[in-house]
Amino acid sequence: MSVTSILAIALGAILTNNFILVKFMGICPFMGVSKKTDTAIGMGIAVTFVMTVASLATWAVDHWILTPLDLAYMQTAAFILIIAAIVQVVEMFLKKSVPALYQALGIYLPLITTNCAVLGVALLNIQEGYNLLESLVYGFTGGLGFTLAIVLFSSVRQRVEEAECPECFKGFPIALISAGLLALAFMGFNGLNVF
Amino acid sequence: MEILIAIGVLGGLGALFGLILTLADRVFHVETDPRLDALIQCLPGANCGGCGFSGCAAYAQAVLDGKVPVGLCIAGGDECAQGMANIMGVRAQKVARQVAFVRCAGTTARNKGEYEGIADCVAATKVAGRGPLICKFGCLGFGNCTKACKFDAIHLENGVAKVDADKCTGCMSCAAACPRGLIVPVHFGKNITVACASNARGSVTLRGCDIGCIGCFKCEKICPKGAIQVKQNLARINYDLCDDCGLCVQACPRGLISDSHLTKADDGPALKPEKRPVS
Repeated sequence: MSVTSILAIALGAILTNNFILVKFMGICPFMGVSKKTDTAIGMGIAVTFVMTVASLATWAVDHWILTPLDLAYMQTAAFILIIAAIVQVVEMFLKKSVPALYQALGIYLPLITTNCAVLGVALLNIQEGYNLLESLVYGFTGGLGFTLAIVLFSSVRQRVEEAECPECFKGFPIALISAGLLALAFMGFNGLNVF
Repeated sequence: MEILIAIGVLGGLGALFGLILTLADRVFHVETDPRLDALIQCLPGANCGGCGFSGCAAYAQAVLDGKVPVGLCIAGGDECAQGMANIMGVRAQKVARQVAFVRCAGTTARNKGEYEGIADCVAATKVAGRGPLICKFGCLGFGNCTKACKFDAIHLENGVAKVDADKCTGCMSCAAACPRGLIVPVHFGKNITVACASNARGSVTLRGCDIGCIGCFKCEKICPKGAIQVKQNLARINYDLCDDCGLCVQACPRGLISDSHLTKADDGPALKPEKRPVS
């Protein structure tokens, strides 16, 4: 493990293999919570946080419980359980210690339980054979990539809202098209695979 | 055997997390007044801001703190006020149901020219001397009110905003969004409304619209109760005196005064529709 491999993971998770725009994971919050930039930032921070913690916990459970017992086929079920539990604990913790942040994140926290990007990062960590540190970095930067995409997209969407567009494209269709164009733009980062 | 291990491990994990959650619930327990949740349950939950607070939860908190009375929620109406009063142990006053009313029927309003800017009422008022319409008081028809409405109660019909009185809760979010101040609260029970807001002289109004109020005084003269007064070239109804007789409806040569804008409902004190809302 070297600094280069960590950098490669980070760069991949944020740009070249962005969870939303390249891997098409976590589309639900991406479309649902991107109408305003400030809510998009809130959702991004919450997802980053949960993804980081979830990568750690799922890696630990997989490495020390599932793999030794030859239960790798139970990964998906076990990881969903872990993620749900983590989100609940985080919610309680925030409610008690950081009420301001709890108010801001509010409804987004429970929503993250069903965000497939979180499950995706946990499963990919195992698939790629990352160690603990690499998993941590992958989870955190994957969250950052999610935040980047959703914030960019929300700014685009706010402009699209003001623009005139044909009746049949109004609302969701034009948002989906914008998302597609943004994904196309992110394909340009493929040239960054230098490590 | 293998399946038993799988069941055991997953069950064990589940039990472990259950235990952790129970402990976390103990450790991170926050005391909240049970009445707060009950109050929030009473409110419509649309966070329309009609009460003057940022949302239903904020209003419920303020009621709980005793800062404001129950019954500020117009959207929730009597039922909501009564429910909140029961929780707080106070008496509720009857909430007069009000609905929004758009003071423009100008489907025939003429334009100065073709407007191709941003489809937004505020943006449109910034160009060509207060907007593309010749009438400086008319509805621009870009639907800022429709976007502001949380109850799907105001829509554009033939380019002019129209309120669906059955859906309208009277929160007046639309009034705040209208750059022309066209939308006013009227009492739901009172049916006679004047669908124009033009203070301009009759000849000026005529230039922009075929059906605007020109201040001809016919309604004022025919009203047996003296409930209609023409002030600043516009007929205004005093709802304290109006008894819905409908003579003015027939008298209006422009067909502006109508009793079909709102449907019938309960009684109560009337709100002055000519007061322009603070936006």
